[in-house]
Amino acid sequence: MRSLLDIVDLTVEEIDELIATANDIIADPDKYAEKCKRKKLATLFFEPSTRTRLSFEAAMLELGGSVLGFSAANNSSAAKGESVADTVKTVGCYADIIAMRHPKEGAPMIASMRCDVPIINAGDGGHNHPTQTLADLLTINREKGHFDNLVVGMCGDLKFGRTVHSLIHALTRYENVKFVLISPDELKVPEYIIDELNKEGIPYVETTSLEEAMPELDILYMTRVQQERFFNEEDYLRLKDSYILTLDKLDTAKKDLCILHPLPRVNEISVAVDDDPRACYFKQVLNGKYIRMALILKLLEVA
Amino acid sequence: MMKVGAINNGVVIDHITAGKGMELYHFLNLDHVDAPIALIKNAPSQKMGKKDIIKIDAELNLALDALGYIDPNVTINVVKDGVRVEKFHPQLPEKLTNIVQCKNPRCITSVEQEIPHVFKLTNKETGEYRCIYCEAKAR
Ligand SMILES: [Zn+2]
Repeated sequence: MRSLLDIVDLTVEEIDELIATANDIIADPDKYAEKCKRKKLATLFFEPSTRTRLSFEAAMLELGGSVLGFSAANNSSAAKGESVADTVKTVGCYADIIAMRHPKEGAPMIASMRCDVPIINAGDGGHNHPTQTLADLLTINREKGHFDNLVVGMCGDLKFGRTVHSLIHALTRYENVKFVLISPDELKVPEYIIDELNKEGIPYVETTSLEEAMPELDILYMTRVQQERFFNEEDYLRLKDSYILTLDKLDTAKKDLCILHPLPRVNEISVAVDDDPRACYFKQVLNGKYIRMALILKLLEVA
Repeated sequence: MMKVGAINNGVVIDHITAGKGMELYHFLNLDHVDAPIALIKNAPSQKMGKKDIIKIDAELNLALDALGYIDPNVTINVVKDGVRVEKFHPQLPEKLTNIVQCKNPRCITSVEQEIPHVFKLTNKETGEYRCIYCEAKAR
Protein backbone atom coordinates (compact mmCIF):
# COMPACT_ATOMS: atom_id res chain seq x y z
CA MET A 1 0.00 0.00 0.00
CA ARG A 2 1.44 3.35 -0.99
CA SER A 3 1.59 6.55 0.97
CA LEU A 4 2.21 10.14 -0.08
CA LEU A 5 4.92 11.73 2.06
CA ASP A 6 6.68 14.04 -0.37
CA ILE A 7 5.66 15.45 -3.76
CA VAL A 8 8.76 13.83 -5.30
CA ASP A 9 7.28 10.40 -4.48
CA LEU A 10 4.96 10.99 -7.43
CA THR A 11 6.12 10.71 -11.03
CA VAL A 12 5.07 13.32 -13.58
CA GLU A 13 2.71 10.70 -15.02
CA GLU A 14 1.11 10.08 -11.63
CA ILE A 15 0.61 13.82 -11.11
CA ASP A 16 -0.99 14.06 -14.56
CA GLU A 17 -3.23 11.15 -13.64
CA LEU A 18 -4.32 12.81 -10.36
CA ILE A 19 -5.04 16.05 -12.20
CA ALA A 20 -7.08 14.19 -14.81
CA THR A 21 -9.11 12.48 -12.09
CA ALA A 22 -9.66 15.79 -10.28
CA ASN A 23 -10.83 17.41 -13.51
CA ASP A 24 -13.21 14.53 -14.07
CA ILE A 25 -14.58 14.86 -10.53
CA ILE A 26 -15.19 18.57 -11.12
CA ALA A 27 -16.98 17.78 -14.39
CA ASP A 28 -19.18 15.04 -12.93
CA PRO A 29 -19.18 14.94 -9.12
CA ASP A 30 -22.18 12.60 -8.95
CA LYS A 31 -20.16 9.84 -10.54
CA TYR A 32 -17.87 9.90 -7.51
CA ALA A 33 -20.45 10.43 -4.76
CA GLU A 34 -20.36 6.82 -3.53
CA LYS A 35 -16.88 5.71 -4.55
CA CYS A 36 -15.68 5.50 -0.97
CA LYS A 37 -18.87 4.23 0.63
CA ARG A 38 -18.09 2.42 3.91
CA LYS A 39 -14.49 3.66 3.83
CA LYS A 40 -13.11 5.79 6.64
CA LEU A 41 -10.52 8.53 6.61
CA ALA A 42 -8.77 9.34 9.89
CA THR A 43 -7.40 12.86 10.24
CA LEU A 44 -4.63 12.81 12.84
CA PHE A 45 -3.66 16.40 13.49
CA PHE A 46 -0.96 16.42 16.15
CA GLU A 47 -0.79 20.12 15.40
CA PRO A 48 -3.91 22.09 14.55
CA SER A 49 -4.59 23.24 10.99
CA THR A 50 -8.31 23.63 10.61
CA ARG A 51 -8.05 24.64 6.96
CA THR A 52 -6.17 21.53 5.85
CA ARG A 53 -8.18 19.18 8.04
CA LEU A 54 -11.52 20.46 6.73
CA SER A 55 -10.29 20.07 3.17
CA PHE A 56 -9.44 16.40 3.75
CA GLU A 57 -12.71 15.76 5.57
CA ALA A 58 -14.79 17.47 2.89
CA ALA A 59 -12.95 15.43 0.25
CA MET A 60 -13.77 12.12 1.94
CA LEU A 61 -17.39 13.10 2.63
CA GLU A 62 -17.92 13.99 -1.02
CA LEU A 63 -16.67 10.55 -1.97
CA GLY A 64 -19.36 9.01 0.22
CA GLY A 65 -16.93 7.96 2.94
CA SER A 66 -16.82 8.97 6.57
CA VAL A 67 -14.24 10.66 8.76
CA LEU A 68 -12.88 10.36 12.28
CA GLY A 69 -9.84 11.73 14.03
CA PHE A 70 -8.44 14.29 16.41
CA SER A 71 -6.85 17.69 16.26
CA ALA A 72 -3.97 18.99 18.41
CA ALA A 73 -1.94 16.83 20.70
CA ASN A 74 -3.23 18.19 23.99
CA ASN A 75 -6.44 16.13 23.96
CA SER A 76 -5.03 12.97 22.43
CA SER A 77 -2.91 10.02 23.40
CA ALA A 78 0.20 11.63 21.94
CA ALA A 79 0.17 14.12 24.80
CA LYS A 80 0.53 11.16 27.17
CA GLY A 81 3.77 10.21 25.49
CA GLU A 82 2.49 7.59 23.05
CA SER A 83 4.70 7.18 20.01
CA VAL A 84 3.57 8.11 16.53
CA ALA A 85 3.96 4.45 15.56
CA ASP A 86 1.62 3.24 18.29
CA THR A 87 -0.96 5.92 17.54
CA VAL A 88 -1.13 5.07 13.85
CA LYS A 89 -1.12 1.33 14.46
CA THR A 90 -4.15 1.82 16.68
CA VAL A 91 -5.92 4.11 14.26
CA GLY A 92 -5.03 1.78 11.40
CA CYS A 93 -7.35 -0.78 13.01
CA TYR A 94 -10.32 1.54 12.42
CA ALA A 95 -9.49 3.62 9.38
CA ASP A 96 -8.76 2.77 5.74
CA ILE A 97 -6.55 5.78 5.13
CA ILE A 98 -4.87 8.38 7.35
CA ALA A 99 -4.14 12.06 6.74
CA MET A 100 -1.60 13.20 9.30
CA ARG A 101 -0.14 16.52 10.35
CA HIS A 102 2.67 16.63 12.88
CA PRO A 103 5.01 19.36 14.12
CA LYS A 104 8.09 17.13 13.77
CA GLU A 105 9.74 16.50 10.43
CA GLY A 106 9.57 12.90 9.24
CA ALA A 107 6.74 11.83 11.58
CA PRO A 108 4.52 10.74 8.65
CA MET A 109 7.37 8.61 7.33
CA ILE A 110 7.58 6.79 10.66
CA ALA A 111 3.82 6.32 10.46
CA SER A 112 4.03 4.84 6.96
CA MET A 113 6.74 2.42 8.03
CA ARG A 114 4.76 1.12 11.00
CA CYS A 115 1.25 1.01 9.69
CA ASP A 116 -0.53 -0.94 6.94
CA VAL A 117 -2.93 1.74 5.75
CA PRO A 118 -1.86 4.52 3.37
CA ILE A 119 -0.59 7.69 5.04
CA ILE A 120 -0.99 11.13 3.51
CA ASN A 121 1.41 13.73 4.84
CA ALA A 122 -0.77 16.76 5.62
CA GLY A 123 2.28 18.79 6.71
CA ASP A 124 5.26 17.78 8.86
CA GLY A 125 6.75 20.89 10.43
CA GLY A 126 8.48 23.02 7.84
CA HIS A 127 9.39 19.96 5.81
CA ASN A 128 6.76 18.70 3.32
CA HIS A 129 3.15 19.44 2.49
CA PRO A 130 2.56 17.59 -0.77
CA THR A 131 -1.21 18.07 -1.06
CA GLN A 132 -0.74 21.86 -1.04
CA THR A 133 1.59 21.48 -4.01
CA LEU A 134 -0.95 19.25 -5.75
CA ALA A 135 -3.60 21.94 -5.19
CA ASP A 136 -1.23 24.54 -6.67
CA LEU A 137 -0.56 22.33 -9.69
CA LEU A 138 -4.24 21.58 -10.31
CA THR A 139 -5.02 25.29 -10.19
CA ILE A 140 -2.26 26.14 -12.68
CA ASN A 141 -3.46 23.33 -14.92
CA ARG A 142 -7.07 24.50 -14.83
CA GLU A 143 -6.23 28.16 -15.36
CA LYS A 144 -3.52 27.71 -17.99
CA GLY A 145 -4.21 24.30 -19.46
CA HIS A 146 -0.51 23.38 -19.38
CA PHE A 147 2.66 23.57 -17.27
CA ASP A 148 5.25 24.15 -19.96
CA ASN A 149 6.31 27.55 -21.35
CA LEU A 150 5.24 29.48 -18.25
CA VAL A 151 6.93 32.37 -16.49
CA VAL A 152 6.32 31.69 -12.81
CA GLY A 153 6.84 34.47 -10.25
CA MET A 154 7.35 33.53 -6.63
CA CYS A 155 7.01 36.48 -4.27
CA GLY A 156 7.61 37.09 -0.57
CA ASP A 157 9.32 34.76 1.85
CA LEU A 158 11.20 32.41 -0.44
CA LYS A 159 13.63 31.31 2.24
CA PHE A 160 11.31 29.59 4.69
CA GLY A 161 8.26 29.06 2.46
CA ARG A 162 8.13 25.30 1.99
CA THR A 163 5.21 25.57 -0.44
CA VAL A 164 7.45 27.67 -2.67
CA HIS A 165 10.31 25.15 -2.55
CA SER A 166 8.13 22.22 -3.33
CA LEU A 167 6.24 23.99 -6.16
CA ILE A 168 9.55 25.02 -7.77
CA HIS A 169 10.70 21.44 -7.49
CA ALA A 170 7.51 20.11 -9.08
CA LEU A 171 7.54 22.64 -11.94
CA THR A 172 11.19 22.06 -12.86
CA ARG A 173 10.06 18.75 -14.32
CA TYR A 174 8.21 20.50 -17.16
CA GLU A 175 9.63 22.05 -20.35
CA ASN A 176 10.67 25.67 -20.62
CA VAL A 177 9.45 27.00 -17.28
CA LYS A 178 11.16 30.20 -16.16
CA PHE A 179 11.19 31.30 -12.54
CA VAL A 180 11.20 34.89 -11.33
CA LEU A 181 12.15 34.86 -7.65
CA ILE A 182 10.97 38.05 -6.00
CA SER A 183 12.00 38.63 -2.39
CA PRO A 184 13.94 40.88 -0.05
CA ASP A 185 17.62 39.93 0.12
CA GLU A 186 17.05 38.49 3.60
CA LEU A 187 14.49 35.99 2.32
CA LYS A 188 15.96 34.68 -0.94
CA VAL A 189 15.49 31.01 -1.89
CA PRO A 190 17.96 28.66 -0.22
CA GLU A 191 21.16 27.85 -2.07
CA TYR A 192 20.28 24.21 -2.65
CA ILE A 193 17.37 25.28 -4.85
CA ILE A 194 19.55 27.66 -6.87
CA ASP A 195 22.08 24.83 -7.24
CA GLU A 196 19.35 22.56 -8.54
CA LEU A 197 18.15 25.18 -11.05
CA ASN A 198 21.70 25.77 -12.28
CA LYS A 199 22.40 22.08 -12.54
CA GLU A 200 19.28 21.45 -14.62
CA GLY A 201 19.87 24.56 -16.73
CA ILE A 202 16.49 26.02 -15.77
CA PRO A 203 16.20 29.78 -16.39
CA TYR A 204 15.54 32.00 -13.37
CA VAL A 205 16.10 35.53 -12.17
CA GLU A 206 16.28 36.82 -8.63
CA THR A 207 14.93 40.30 -8.02
CA THR A 208 13.77 42.48 -5.16
CA SER A 209 11.14 44.30 -7.19
CA LEU A 210 7.64 42.95 -7.71
CA GLU A 211 6.79 45.91 -9.98
CA GLU A 212 9.67 45.21 -12.34
CA ALA A 213 8.88 41.51 -12.56
CA MET A 214 5.11 41.92 -13.04
CA PRO A 215 4.77 42.43 -16.84
CA GLU A 216 6.30 39.11 -17.87
CA LEU A 217 4.55 36.83 -15.35
CA ASP A 218 2.01 34.14 -16.25
CA ILE A 219 1.73 32.95 -12.65
CA LEU A 220 2.27 34.98 -9.48
CA TYR A 221 2.60 32.90 -6.32
CA MET A 222 2.34 35.17 -3.27
CA THR A 223 3.52 34.26 0.23
CA ARG A 224 3.59 36.16 3.45
CA VAL A 225 6.60 38.13 4.66
CA GLN A 226 6.50 37.62 8.41
CA GLN A 227 7.89 40.18 10.76
CA GLU A 228 9.66 37.57 12.90
CA ARG A 229 11.88 36.67 9.94
CA PHE A 230 13.63 40.04 10.18
CA PHE A 231 16.42 41.06 12.50
CA ASN A 232 14.89 44.43 13.24
CA GLU A 233 11.58 46.18 12.89
CA GLU A 234 13.07 48.92 10.71
CA ASP A 235 13.97 46.50 7.91
CA TYR A 236 10.56 44.90 8.14
CA LEU A 237 8.70 48.21 7.93
CA ARG A 238 10.94 49.40 5.09
CA LEU A 239 10.28 46.28 3.06
CA LYS A 240 6.86 44.97 3.85
CA ASP A 241 4.85 47.18 1.48
CA SER A 242 7.01 46.16 -1.49
CA TYR A 243 5.66 42.65 -1.21
CA ILE A 244 2.01 43.48 -0.79
CA LEU A 245 -0.06 42.95 -3.91
CA THR A 246 -2.46 45.80 -4.68
CA LEU A 247 -4.63 46.63 -7.68
CA ASP A 248 -2.16 49.40 -8.64
CA LYS A 249 0.67 46.92 -8.97
CA LEU A 250 -1.49 44.78 -11.25
CA ASP A 251 -1.76 47.61 -13.83
CA THR A 252 1.22 46.29 -15.78
CA ALA A 253 0.35 42.61 -15.38
CA LYS A 254 -0.82 40.33 -18.16
CA LYS A 255 -4.58 40.10 -18.62
CA ASP A 256 -4.47 36.36 -18.01
CA LEU A 257 -2.11 36.40 -15.03
CA CYS A 258 -3.00 33.75 -12.45
CA ILE A 259 -2.49 34.87 -8.83
CA LEU A 260 -2.02 32.13 -6.27
CA HIS A 261 -1.49 32.06 -2.50
CA PRO A 262 -1.36 29.03 -0.19
CA LEU A 263 -3.51 30.91 2.39
CA PRO A 264 -4.17 31.98 5.04
CA ARG A 265 -3.19 35.49 4.09
CA VAL A 266 -2.70 38.35 6.48
CA ASN A 267 -2.24 41.49 4.43
CA GLU A 268 0.04 40.46 1.59
CA ILE A 269 -2.78 40.60 -0.94
CA SER A 270 -5.09 43.56 -0.68
CA VAL A 271 -8.73 42.48 -0.33
CA ALA A 272 -9.54 44.71 -3.32
CA VAL A 273 -7.64 42.23 -5.50
CA ASP A 274 -10.10 39.44 -4.62
CA ASP A 275 -12.65 40.67 -7.16
CA ASP A 276 -10.12 40.82 -9.98
CA PRO A 277 -10.61 37.86 -12.34
CA ARG A 278 -6.89 37.13 -12.06
CA ALA A 279 -7.22 36.27 -8.35
CA CYS A 280 -7.27 32.46 -8.21
CA TYR A 281 -6.48 31.78 -4.55
CA PHE A 282 -9.98 30.86 -3.50
CA LYS A 283 -10.32 28.60 -6.52
CA GLN A 284 -7.06 27.09 -5.29
CA VAL A 285 -8.74 26.21 -1.96
CA LEU A 286 -11.58 24.48 -3.78
CA ASN A 287 -9.13 22.71 -6.08
CA GLY A 288 -7.34 21.50 -2.96
CA LYS A 289 -10.43 19.53 -2.04
CA TYR A 290 -10.78 18.01 -5.51
CA ILE A 291 -7.15 16.96 -5.75
CA ARG A 292 -7.39 15.38 -2.28
CA MET A 293 -10.43 13.44 -3.52
CA ALA A 294 -8.37 12.21 -6.47
CA LEU A 295 -5.51 11.29 -4.15
CA ILE A 296 -7.74 9.36 -1.74
CA LEU A 297 -9.17 7.39 -4.69
CA LYS A 298 -5.68 6.61 -5.95
CA LEU A 299 -4.27 5.51 -2.59
CA LEU A 300 -7.34 3.44 -1.77
CA GLU A 301 -7.13 1.95 -5.27
CA VAL A 302 -10.79 2.69 -5.86
CA ALA A 303 -11.40 2.74 -9.60
CA MET B 1 58.61 -0.54 13.62
CA MET B 2 57.15 -2.14 16.71
CA LYS B 3 56.52 -5.83 16.18
CA VAL B 4 53.06 -7.21 16.58
CA GLY B 5 52.60 -10.81 15.61
CA ALA B 6 50.93 -11.74 12.36
CA ILE B 7 47.41 -13.08 12.64
CA ASN B 8 46.03 -16.43 11.50
CA ASN B 9 42.35 -15.88 10.81
CA GLY B 10 40.79 -12.45 10.91
CA VAL B 11 41.20 -8.95 9.52
CA VAL B 12 43.83 -6.24 9.45
CA ILE B 13 42.44 -2.76 9.09
CA ASP B 14 45.34 -0.82 7.65
CA HIS B 15 45.99 2.80 6.63
CA ILE B 16 43.71 4.25 9.29
CA THR B 17 44.21 8.00 9.50
CA ALA B 18 46.56 8.49 12.47
CA GLY B 19 44.51 9.26 15.56
CA LYS B 20 41.31 7.62 14.28
CA GLY B 21 42.22 4.10 15.37
CA MET B 22 40.54 4.38 18.75
CA GLU B 23 37.37 5.75 17.20
CA LEU B 24 37.20 2.78 14.82
CA TYR B 25 37.99 0.43 17.70
CA HIS B 26 34.98 1.72 19.62
CA PHE B 27 32.79 1.91 16.54
CA LEU B 28 33.39 -1.79 15.85
CA ASN B 29 32.62 -2.54 19.51
CA LEU B 30 35.97 -4.26 19.86
CA ASP B 31 36.15 -3.57 23.59
CA HIS B 32 33.46 -6.23 23.99
CA VAL B 33 35.23 -8.86 21.88
CA ASP B 34 37.02 -11.73 23.57
CA ALA B 35 39.79 -12.33 21.02
CA PRO B 36 43.38 -11.20 20.42
CA ILE B 37 43.21 -7.65 19.13
CA ALA B 38 46.00 -5.11 18.55
CA LEU B 39 45.51 -1.41 18.13
CA ILE B 40 48.69 0.17 16.82
CA LYS B 41 48.88 3.92 16.88
CA ASN B 42 51.18 6.20 14.90
CA ALA B 43 52.92 3.46 12.96
CA PRO B 44 55.28 4.86 10.31
CA SER B 45 53.79 4.82 6.82
CA GLN B 46 55.46 5.63 3.51
CA LYS B 47 52.20 6.80 2.03
CA MET B 48 50.74 8.64 5.00
CA GLY B 49 53.68 9.58 7.23
CA LYS B 50 52.00 7.82 10.10
CA LYS B 51 48.92 5.68 10.41
CA ASP B 52 46.94 3.55 12.83
CA ILE B 53 46.36 -0.18 12.36
CA ILE B 54 43.92 -2.61 13.94
CA LYS B 55 44.58 -6.35 13.86
CA ILE B 56 41.88 -8.76 14.92
CA ASP B 57 42.74 -12.43 15.16
CA ALA B 58 39.21 -13.81 15.01
CA GLU B 59 36.53 -14.32 12.39
CA LEU B 60 33.89 -11.87 13.50
CA ASN B 61 30.85 -10.43 11.84
CA LEU B 62 31.95 -6.80 11.86
CA ALA B 63 30.24 -3.78 10.31
CA LEU B 64 33.23 -3.22 8.05
CA ASP B 65 31.22 -1.52 5.29
CA ALA B 66 30.42 1.43 7.48
CA LEU B 67 34.13 2.07 8.04
CA GLY B 68 34.14 3.80 4.66
CA TYR B 69 32.02 6.53 6.22
CA ILE B 70 34.18 7.00 9.32
CA ASP B 71 37.54 6.87 7.54
CA PRO B 72 37.58 6.57 3.73
CA ASN B 73 41.38 5.91 3.74
CA VAL B 74 41.31 2.48 5.31
CA THR B 75 42.33 -0.76 3.61
CA ILE B 76 40.84 -4.00 4.84
CA ASN B 77 42.87 -7.20 4.57
CA VAL B 78 41.12 -10.50 5.21
CA VAL B 79 43.47 -13.23 6.45
CA LYS B 80 42.79 -16.97 6.34
CA ASP B 81 45.30 -19.55 7.65
CA GLY B 82 47.97 -16.88 7.87
CA VAL B 83 47.54 -15.80 4.24
CA ARG B 84 45.92 -12.62 2.97
CA VAL B 85 42.97 -13.77 0.84
CA GLU B 86 41.25 -10.46 0.19
CA LYS B 87 42.12 -6.77 0.23
CA PHE B 88 39.65 -3.93 -0.32
CA HIS B 89 38.69 -0.35 0.39
CA PRO B 90 35.26 -0.16 1.97
CA GLN B 91 32.76 1.69 -0.24
CA LEU B 92 30.54 4.39 1.14
CA PRO B 93 27.53 2.43 2.39
CA GLU B 94 24.11 3.31 0.93
CA LYS B 95 22.65 3.48 4.41
CA LEU B 96 23.98 4.21 7.89
CA THR B 97 21.83 2.92 10.72
CA ASN B 98 22.50 4.26 14.21
CA ILE B 99 25.99 5.42 13.26
CA VAL B 100 25.23 9.11 12.90
CA GLN B 101 22.72 10.90 15.11
CA CYS B 102 20.35 13.39 13.49
CA LYS B 103 21.01 16.78 15.08
CA ASN B 104 17.99 18.57 13.63
CA PRO B 105 15.88 19.64 16.65
CA ARG B 106 12.76 19.61 14.46
CA CYS B 107 13.30 15.98 13.42
CA ILE B 108 10.95 13.29 14.76
CA THR B 109 14.04 11.44 16.06
CA SER B 110 14.61 14.30 18.51
CA VAL B 111 11.43 13.42 20.43
CA GLU B 112 11.06 9.69 19.93
CA GLN B 113 14.07 7.91 21.39
CA GLU B 114 13.42 4.46 19.99
CA ILE B 115 13.44 5.39 16.34
CA PRO B 116 16.65 4.24 14.61
CA HIS B 117 18.69 7.11 13.18
CA VAL B 118 19.00 6.21 9.50
CA PHE B 119 21.00 8.20 6.95
CA LYS B 120 21.01 7.64 3.21
CA LEU B 121 23.91 8.35 0.85
CA THR B 122 22.58 11.21 -1.29
CA ASN B 123 25.77 12.22 -3.13
CA LYS B 124 28.47 9.68 -3.90
CA GLU B 125 31.05 12.27 -5.00
CA THR B 126 30.85 14.41 -1.90
CA GLY B 127 29.93 11.56 0.47
CA GLU B 128 26.86 13.46 1.58
CA TYR B 129 24.40 11.64 3.81
CA ARG B 130 20.93 12.84 4.75
CA CYS B 131 18.49 11.78 7.45
CA ILE B 132 15.72 9.69 5.86
CA TYR B 133 13.10 11.38 8.03
CA CYS B 134 13.88 15.10 7.87
CA GLU B 135 16.54 15.20 5.09
CA ALA B 136 19.00 17.12 7.29
CA LYS B 137 22.65 16.56 6.31
CA ALA B 138 24.80 14.32 8.48
CA ARG B 139 27.36 16.34 10.40
ZN1 LIG C 1 16.41 13.89 10.99
